[in-house]
Amino acid sequence: MSALQTTALIAVVAAGTAVVLTPEALRQTMVLGIFGLTLTILFFTFQAPDVALSEIVVSGVGLPLIILAALRKIRSQERDRQAEERDS
Amino acid sequence: MSFLPYAAAAWLFLVGLWGVVSSTNLVRAVLSLTVVQSSTYLVLLGIGFRSGAKAPVVADIPQSSRLVDPVVQVLVLTDVVIEATVTALLLALVVQAHKRFGSLDPADLRILRD
Amino acid sequence: MTRRARLALFALAGPAFAAVLVIGLHGLPTFGDYHGVYGLLVNRIEPRLRHATDIVTALNFDIRAFDTLGEEFILFTSVSGVALLLRRLRVADEHAERSRGTEDHRFAGASAGVRMSSLLLIPLLIALGGYVVLHGALTPGGGFQGGVVMAAGPLAVLVAGRYLIMKHLAPEWLLEAADSAGAAGYVLMGVGGLIFTGVLLKNFLPLGTPGELLSAGMMPLNSIAVGLEVTGAFLLVWTEFLDQALITTGGEEG
Repeated sequence: MSALQTTALIAVVAAGTAVVLTPEALRQTMVLGIFGLTLTILFFTFQAPDVALSEIVVSGVGLPLIILAALRKIRSQERDRQAEERDS
Repeated sequence: MSFLPYAAAAWLFLVGLWGVVSSTNLVRAVLSLTVVQSSTYLVLLGIGFRSGAKAPVVADIPQSSRLVDPVVQVLVLTDVVIEATVTALLLALVVQAHKRFGSLDPADLRILRD
Repeated sequence: MTRRARLALFALAGPAFAAVLVIGLHGLPTFGDYHGVYGLLVNRIEPRLRHATDIVTALNFDIRAFDTLGEEFILFTSVSGVALLLRRLRVADEHAERSRGTEDHRFAGASAGVRMSSLLLIPLLIALGGYVVLHGALTPGGGFQGGVVMAAGPLAVLVAGRYLIMKHLAPEWLLEAADSAGAAGYVLMGVGGLIFTGVLLKNFLPLGTPGELLSAGMMPLNSIAVGLEVTGAFLLVWTEFLDQALITTGGEEG
């Protein structure tokens, strides 16, 4: 276990705990992006470049956008519901 | 010290599971599920690692050098992309649930059904 | 069950599960001491057998191509599920919108700096994605990674604040066609293997010299099929969610 692998593992554990402990969903998305970055570095130190490429692409571009669009939709649904309650 | 990758994977699994169990917001539960998924990647890659070995790409190193196991990398590689789409499916379910019940709290979903 | 009951149950079951997990993980061989047979054998014989220098992609698209077929269809199914769920919501929303009389479909604009840099990014992303897909058998890469990079290209148009242009650039029928063409293309390659060599998904194209672009038999074609499918899938998921989010937003297109 080289020093680089140990450092990467500690960073992954810290980022993973931070994802679970962050209060709001929007902030959690950004911490999730950082978690993906630490995972990518870890996969590099484990001699897995294909996996690291896949992880950085998905956790940088793929997943945060899906979550942000879903949050936006939920917020607009919330606004519609409040408008209906005010009208009725 | 050599148990550290597996210990880290077990910790991530339990922390993610605790996040799912104790969440008051369905979106937060789905995001904690991502942490649980990544613990499995850690275990798989930890199994296949050989100390002092190189990545399984022989484009520029001699073919008889010591390489890590490529099969577990295949599993994790496709898994990473596909779990993102499965998370999208879960979030579509959350959006639909919010539309029907009006709230994202897992406890509220039962009340409106009665 | 209420949150308190859930936490109480986890307080009981969690430590027991943690103990079982740690004991189980201790049974694995020491880290760094992998001595399984299959992986080491593949490392030894694959470059001579399949003329591909990236062993992971060779496993993915040739030696264990059947597993990739299954994974690809998981992708296809979950994207179909997302489309099914969100389109029913969108039809209901559109009815409500028309009865209320408003139908804004604009998106807030972005600053000039963001727009310029995203314009520069679009051809770069598509070119990089195509490169990663085509060189899957030679360097780290392949259909899955390159597919997501290619999907990020039209997304840069969205970041520039031009959602409607992105809808023109990547209309829904095109994304669905790309997704289905990728899935069907992969199966057709497998059937080609069945016709020419009698085994499903076995290589039937000439192998070429390792290190060149047109080498490793059917791996580049499989890679292109999977890349097409992943691009179509991700863009479809994004536009489904964003159509939902933007259908009731009115804004300035600056």
